[in-house]
Amino acid sequence: MSLAHRIIPCLDTDGERVVKGVNFVALRDAGDPVALARRYNAEGADELVVLDIAASRDRRPTFLETIRKVAAELAIPLTAGGGIRTLDDARAVVRAGADKITVNTAAVLRPGLISELSEEFGSQAVVLAIDAKRDRASWRVMTTGGRVSTDLNTVSWAEKGAELGAGEILLTSMDRDGTQRGFDVSLTAAISKKVMVPVIASGGARWPQHFAEIFCEGAADAALAASIFHDEIQGIRSLKEFLASENIQVRLPC
Amino acid sequence: MKISLLDYGAGNLPSVERALQRLGGQTERISTSAGVAKAAVLILPGVGHYGALIRALDRDGLRDSLIAAIERGVPFLGICLGLQALFEKSEEAPDLQGLQILPGSVRVLSGAVKLPHMGWDQLQSKTESRLLEGIDSEAYFYFAHSYAVPYSCEERAPETRATCSYGGEFVAVGEKENIFAVQFHPEKSGDAGQRVLENFLRIAV
Repeated sequence: MSLAHRIIPCLDTDGERVVKGVNFVALRDAGDPVALARRYNAEGADELVVLDIAASRDRRPTFLETIRKVAAELAIPLTAGGGIRTLDDARAVVRAGADKITVNTAAVLRPGLISELSEEFGSQAVVLAIDAKRDRASWRVMTTGGRVSTDLNTVSWAEKGAELGAGEILLTSMDRDGTQRGFDVSLTAAISKKVMVPVIASGGARWPQHFAEIFCEGAADAALAASIFHDEIQGIRSLKEFLASENIQVRLPC
Repeated sequence: MKISLLDYGAGNLPSVERALQRLGGQTERISTSAGVAKAAVLILPGVGHYGALIRALDRDGLRDSLIAAIERGVPFLGICLGLQALFEKSEEAPDLQGLQILPGSVRVLSGAVKLPHMGWDQLQSKTESRLLEGIDSEAYFYFAHSYAVPYSCEERAPETRATCSYGGEFVAVGEKENIFAVQFHPEKSGDAGQRVLENFLRIAV
């Protein structure tokens, strides 16, 4: 008996609608975060992440309203983020119903934010999101939605983040994101073996075997994906059944 | 009968409230000792830092009324930190005193494990539990904590109904007369968690 490996669908929103991983021609209800949240909760997702990828100031109230509506659908943990720069931003998101908050760019610019958040909400509520891009033999930390390069090395930034009080690392491979070639096993293993907090692998998932790989070889504690779930290319229940048949510990919904 | 949720700023209060309302429970938030004194059913939610909970209880003068209510036999459910608060003290805030209703103390989870203990884990049943009635023994519950009450030989208490093992075996479900406590988050534990809350409501309301 041990901790189950978590499967986490991610809703990238513009504050209001899901904007990534949907077939824009046949939009259906797949763009509605509330409907997706309801479906994932019922299908046995272990957690849900909702991000505001636009993260513009004036759309903030809309995003908070989205969090409230999504939280009302869930009997599983909810993580929310995108554009959290201050303690007040985080408070608003938690008050709206998020159990955890993710920080990314703002934490790179001001690492003390991580400690402030973990003192206020506890480290179990603070997720450090890192967008990593391969740079020769290591990985470089990118910010601002992957558009801005930093001098930070991903492994050392993850270690520092955990030291400052982050309770989890959400690690996205910029090289794999959107490629459907599978998670970045070497990146994830490098971080997961080095930091003493759980690591969520993200970017590149397509087949059930990719999830098995990232849990076994990548030592990931959780795996996140978006479009394959939104577009119903991969069901969560059947994914978990596959993982269980590979002797990977997962929570099978009843 | 109304279920009184102790509101001292805990992050998980709204989701506990929502989960209870989904089950048809009537809830109210209370934050004064007068509120505690009048409560018919009490829930102490909690997530985050032990010190923050204990300080809030003392700041708002809730400690004595809470102990009195529990001693009077008011059905009580402690969730996560709400479980930890029932014990004597915690390594997370060594200068503070817990409610000291149950013997034992809260320690950091140790061993070669990642902290926090975050995610879905299974329980080991120790003895019959009213909270876990009708729930599959293989069911998973959602945990998010770095501290817990160790289930050790010296401190093995009859109130421990189920444990969980992560960096050592710790108390996951405790029950003693009108006192109920869980280290996991039933409000975040899907159908199994809902069932735990349902069982509590059936006992209490």
